[in-house]
Amino acid sequence: VAAAESYPDDLKYHSEHDWARVEGDEAVLGITWFAQDALGELVHYEPPEDGADVSQGSSYGEVESVKAVSDLISPLSGAVVAVNQKVVDAPETVNEDPYGDGWLVRIRLGESSEVDGLMDAQAYQAFVADQ
Amino acid sequence: MVPFAGWEMPVQYEGVIPEHRAVREDAGVFDVSHMGEIEVEGPRAFDLLQSVLSNDLAKVEVGGAQYTLLTNERGGIVDDLIVYRVEGGRYLLIVNASNRESDFEWIREREIRGSDVRDVSDQYVLLAVQGPRSLERLGLDDAQAFTWAMGELDGIEVMVNRTGYTGERGVELMTMEDDAVALWDAVLARGIKPAGLGARDTLRLEVCYPLHGNDIGPDTDAISAGLGWTCALDKDFTGAEELRRIKRAGPERRLVAFVMTEAGIPRQGMPIAEGGEVTSGSHSPMLDKGIGMGYVDAAHGEPGKTITIDVRGRPRTAEVVKKPIYEKES
Repeated sequence: VAAAESYPDDLKYHSEHDWARVEGDEAVLGITWFAQDALGELVHYEPPEDGADVSQGSSYGEVESVKAVSDLISPLSGAVVAVNQKVVDAPETVNEDPYGDGWLVRIRLGESSEVDGLMDAQAYQAFVADQ
Repeated sequence: MVPFAGWEMPVQYEGVIPEHRAVREDAGVFDVSHMGEIEVEGPRAFDLLQSVLSNDLAKVEVGGAQYTLLTNERGGIVDDLIVYRVEGGRYLLIVNASNRESDFEWIREREIRGSDVRDVSDQYVLLAVQGPRSLERLGLDDAQAFTWAMGELDGIEVMVNRTGYTGERGVELMTMEDDAVALWDAVLARGIKPAGLGARDTLRLEVCYPLHGNDIGPDTDAISAGLGWTCALDKDFTGAEELRRIKRAGPERRLVAFVMTEAGIPRQGMPIAEGGEVTSGSHSPMLDKGIGMGYVDAAHGEPGKTITIDVRGRPRTAEVVKKPIYEKES
């Protein structure tokens, strides 16, 4: 069952439709409701390796629906400390719960000042409305 | 919506996966009016078609239909199509949208006295209603595959063809262009789900029906493509000699079906280490795995062989399987 549209207030957003939940010197990353809705039901998640370096604005993995492949663009820089195996096994989890069970990776932040450049929920929602 | 062969076509309505499942489990309808229709008529229509089509047209009686190929001198596939015998000396060819004009020209250039070739594509609409419950929902009696009969749906006269592109029981309904909307509404009113190009592609790939332009084309011969069964090599038709030679010598490469044994979804154009490349690839909603077809060296063409697909730089293994990839348990 697909989730209803929402953009939680406690998240930071990147223009490539990725979100970050900053928790101390770590952050959990995922894709927004808007992104999963545009892609349709996900059938594959190609995650980064544990420990891999990710940099803001660059691809750290891929998600695929039946028809399309999409790069996962990291909203922040850092090193991967965990991959969500649940999404590897059942990619549709992202459609069902994009901000909860459907998280993609957890990273240790490299450049915490990058957080300030991201959009808050209100700015992202306005951004999505223009798409 | 996406542009396709000059048409605006829906990729999906509700979603590729639910539409795919509807066709496998119940019934779905595809608007395939983009397909081309060519009529060949006259006392020598049979002679003309028998000389340009690969299958033996003599086996098709009035009320019958046949899957066949339009071949070139090299045994390559100009198009794959279904020919319907409408009357003794009148045939209807339903061809791929993108090849409609080239097919028409190809046949007309080979026209002989006593045969008349006409492109009638703009006069007709075609709806494919497919799935185990399609006939029941339409209130139609079952009939043998590859037959046709005139019928009626809510007062609309339709040609009911027992053919399709999904591997399921089903029909393709053809009617005049003026009745397009009425027929679409009549089908939907029977609880049949609309399905788009996306599901059409995953359905045909699961049952390994080739897509012209992807898996087969003018540069791929019928034998290597595994379509030798559509070639009556004991008759004369364009390219027959070359096809007999390829069959005798054995093809150097073969179009195989495969299922991924590692994570990843194969896509068209990805290199296969054991020869050619992926010609069709997707996620199979029924198997919940990546599946595809592609050309490999004949030595790797047997079911059970392992091949390696280059998934955007990552080598991923797949197993060659017997066609079709998906078969309903009976």
